[in-house]
Amino acid sequence: MAARRLSSFLLFHSLSRSAASSFTSEENKILKRNIQRFSTAAAAEEPIAPPVEINYTKLLINGQFVDSASGKTFPTLDPRTGEVIADVAEGDTEDINRAVSAARKAFDEGPWPRMTPYERSRIMLRFADLVGKHNDHIAALEAWDNGKTYEQAAKAEIPMLVRLFRYYAGWTDKIHGLTVPADGPHHVQTLHEPIGVVGQIIPWNFPLLMFAWKVGPALACGNTIVLKSAEQTPLTALYVANLFQEAGLPPGVLNVVSGYGPTAGAALASHMDVDKLAFTGSTETGKTVLGLAAQSNLKPVTLELGGKSPFIVCEDADITRAVELAHFALFFNQGQCCCAGSRTFVHERVYDEFLQKSKARAMKRVVGDPFKKGVEQGPQIDSEQFEKILGYIKSGKESSATLECGGGRFGSRGYYVQPTVFSNVEDDMLIAKEEIFGPVQSILKFKDQNEVIRRANASKYGLAAGVFTKNINTANTFARALRVGTVWINCFDVFDAAIPFGGYKLSGTGREKGIYSLQNYLQVKAVVTSLNNPAWL
Amino acid sequence: MAARRMSSLLSSRNVSSLASAFSRSSGKGSSYSRGIISRFSTAASAAYEEPITPPVRVSHTQLLINGQFVDAASGKTFPTLDPRTAEVIAHVAEAESEDVDRAVSAARKAFDEGPWPKMTAYERSRIMLRVADLVEKNTDELAALETWDNGKTYEQAIGEVEVLARLFRYYAGWADKIHGLTVPADGPYHVQTLHEPIGVAGQIIPWNFPLLMFAWKVGPALACGNSVVLKTAEQTPLSALYVGNLFLEAGLPPGVLNVISGFGHTAGAALCSHMDVDKLAFTGSTATGKTVLSLAAASNLKPVTLELGGKSPFIVCEDADVDKAVEMAHFALFFNQGQCCCAGSRTFVHERVYDEFLEKAKACALERVVGDPFKKGVEQGPQIDNEQFAKIMKYIKSGVESGATLEAGGERFGSKGFYIQPTVFSGVQDNMLIAQDEIFGPVQSILKYKDLNEVIKRANSTSFGLAAGVFTQNIDVANTLTRALKAGTIYVNCFDVFDAAIPFGGYKQSGQGREKGIYSLNNYLQVKAVVTPLKNPAWL
Repeated sequence: MAARRLSSFLLFHSLSRSAASSFTSEENKILKRNIQRFSTAAAAEEPIAPPVEINYTKLLINGQFVDSASGKTFPTLDPRTGEVIADVAEGDTEDINRAVSAARKAFDEGPWPRMTPYERSRIMLRFADLVGKHNDHIAALEAWDNGKTYEQAAKAEIPMLVRLFRYYAGWTDKIHGLTVPADGPHHVQTLHEPIGVVGQIIPWNFPLLMFAWKVGPALACGNTIVLKSAEQTPLTALYVANLFQEAGLPPGVLNVVSGYGPTAGAALASHMDVDKLAFTGSTETGKTVLGLAAQSNLKPVTLELGGKSPFIVCEDADITRAVELAHFALFFNQGQCCCAGSRTFVHERVYDEFLQKSKARAMKRVVGDPFKKGVEQGPQIDSEQFEKILGYIKSGKESSATLECGGGRFGSRGYYVQPTVFSNVEDDMLIAKEEIFGPVQSILKFKDQNEVIRRANASKYGLAAGVFTKNINTANTFARALRVGTVWINCFDVFDAAIPFGGYKLSGTGREKGIYSLQNYLQVKAVVTSLNNPAWL
Repeated sequence: MAARRMSSLLSSRNVSSLASAFSRSSGKGSSYSRGIISRFSTAASAAYEEPITPPVRVSHTQLLINGQFVDAASGKTFPTLDPRTAEVIAHVAEAESEDVDRAVSAARKAFDEGPWPKMTAYERSRIMLRVADLVEKNTDELAALETWDNGKTYEQAIGEVEVLARLFRYYAGWADKIHGLTVPADGPYHVQTLHEPIGVAGQIIPWNFPLLMFAWKVGPALACGNSVVLKTAEQTPLSALYVGNLFLEAGLPPGVLNVISGFGHTAGAALCSHMDVDKLAFTGSTATGKTVLSLAAASNLKPVTLELGGKSPFIVCEDADVDKAVEMAHFALFFNQGQCCCAGSRTFVHERVYDEFLEKAKACALERVVGDPFKKGVEQGPQIDNEQFAKIMKYIKSGVESGATLEAGGERFGSKGFYIQPTVFSGVQDNMLIAQDEIFGPVQSILKYKDLNEVIKRANSTSFGLAAGVFTQNIDVANTLTRALKAGTIYVNCFDVFDAAIPFGGYKQSGQGREKGIYSLNNYLQVKAVVTPLKNPAWL
């Protein structure tokens, strides 16, 4: 089955028709409850029991699931209730050392970088097939641990995981170096070599997609990996890593360590035997990670960090579509997207219409148990994020923005937040400057193009932007003037495997996905040989 | 005229063949026709001679900001010294934080509002080509300035200025060849990538090759449409200011290239931490590189390219042409007074050819001509300054104390300036300091090995990974070493080939990113993906 694209899938409102087919009849019984709009009191119901068991809670090191060296565990929680799903082995410095040492051995002595690229690609393709086979199980695990809707996980994200690994499997035997023109009698070539042991730290908002963005290119290029998952969402990475073993990945090539940033994460970032680091998370933590890499062994670092992405609606835009996509750009995944369109700039001539429709759309947003059919929005990931978002909502109210809808907790249990819309937002308000990472849309008014370009760029971030216009000159002007890594024109959150993703400014360094992502995991070696009597130069 | 390649130019023992390079300057340079060349083994009578007066005037000592030569905001200056004598050449405006702010603000304005990124790529290339022409026209003056300020031989400096012109022509050619991609989509979308200039680039260059490092940094940054604030090394501020002026003459708009002189902990740190600098490139020591990267991380996360230290192996296999290997190993280490980040500073020689190699390497070092770098035929001038001089002497002492055999040199050369005798140690062991640390001076360490796997392991057991030399006639050995060595450049039966198109950079703690060649453009471009939906596309 072809991977459905996230954007088109998630904009599709009548989820119930197409989604039902993927559920087993037993699951259907569980799921067959009424959909709750956010204004109704859904949260009082008992949460639906996820149709899945937890099989893997230990650390995956050198091809074995093992306890942490300390024997410690930590609980991973159900965002719907705050209750414990499972206790998971807690990796710390010593576990990182073991994992790095396994990865080192697998790289220096093991078969992985010495296999043909074709053999590596076969293992990655087998893995993709296995993930496809376990689609529903993995999706349930992801929804349970993260709080995202089961439909989003099952219909979009897991198929995208499969699609990404097939994409990277195809790169393994297409990594070309160059032969290089010389100024004299020398034969010059470049080899693009695997960089070695790669440390990767992924966030909780898209645990499996971030797994694919990191692990896919690293393996395609012949590296070995120590991956640290987020402490909020350790379960799915362990599950799919086991599928990798089943697919024939040699031991030590992919090690997965669950644990916290200040302990396991810092140990990985500082490790003297890790050759490369990739991190996705907040800008603040990104700075720390880069500092640790700089002070230890200067490992190169790829960073995907925060954003405050503008979504610009021009006066000639298709308003109905712009409203829908602006809503999607912000509320998708409970607003927990680094590239969320979190500053909705609307031209003054269409502002009133846009606002009215946006508000109506947010009021219609279906909040509830993510395992329930037709639900569009589940709970936020944890109490820390929940509190932070409510803090920003409070700040929005106090700063004289107009609260159009939402603005409070949804229900009385778990970390649900009402879809919230602010209008009359000004550039200097906190809600227009900081990354909220929650379901809070800020709508701002603009008058002319130069003004909105200036305002859109007046942010420390530069991850993405949306532009809605029918005019090709306007589109081209914005595409060049906006200082961001992705410009979506009349669309948003299109995440194809081949489209590079990454930030300008404090949104990060480097690009993931696409041909550009390979650079992150390759060293360039120039080889120069002297020539005797060359036939040509 | 084609740029002379540094390697062939400089590895030629037959120095007299370079005479032609001198004859061009004979009009000004009666001072060149002075006396006898001194081998280092002769009584250092040369050093007692009066230093030759450099045939050049120092015309630019202020900061170049926004198209104007200006004093430092504080009015402060610092002296730049002649390494032959430690005497002051000139007092140079000393930039600090406030000057960096002014320069960044000029570069910001030039980028955001000025004509540079809005010019056609062709127009940018024309200006860069004019600079190359002007550099060539002023070769003798520039070379003399470089020699005076740095201590490298004038003959070598002539070669470097030619490479400078060559590099600017190379990058001028890139200006209109920066292609983005159109990208296959999984659905009805039109996807393209734009490779955009990154903005204001901060660049910090070292003193060992002031002009070449200028070209490696400024060339790709300008070709990609960025504006630049360049900080030179405090030891060698003069030649960059001179070339900065040629850029103005060539028609570079004000503020596109700003050149500031100053110290690392003041001006350099201010540039690294600046919130309005979009990109940083640094060449220097590994320790400073870590600081630079930390400052960038703690401020605005500007991406950083780093070219740092090295301890590059030079591996001589048993089947190598020993004479050529000796010659190239000597060159790989002693070139530029040993002040090269990619110096072949661990000479691994197979045990079957070790004795022959050692004898010849020693002879080669003993023959090396040390003296006033303005003197014809001199191969080695003084080290850059007192700090480096003292550091190198300390390493020589450490080599002796650690039980390595001192085969040649080991002492100061002469009694004035920062000259050091070409020094060779044999019997060097991997755990000695001289086999581990970057010495950055004319000190060759020769190590013995038995088999290929052993030398691979030993060559790779260093925190550095900049370059390696491999001497063998066997293609299997060459291919094995080429893949197994963890280094950014492998020279097979050659060394220090620095063509414009060959990427240069390090594995491990030798740095991040690549300079020169097509790869260098990545450092100065942002990738922007642009996605538009398609209505009724004819194909996907």
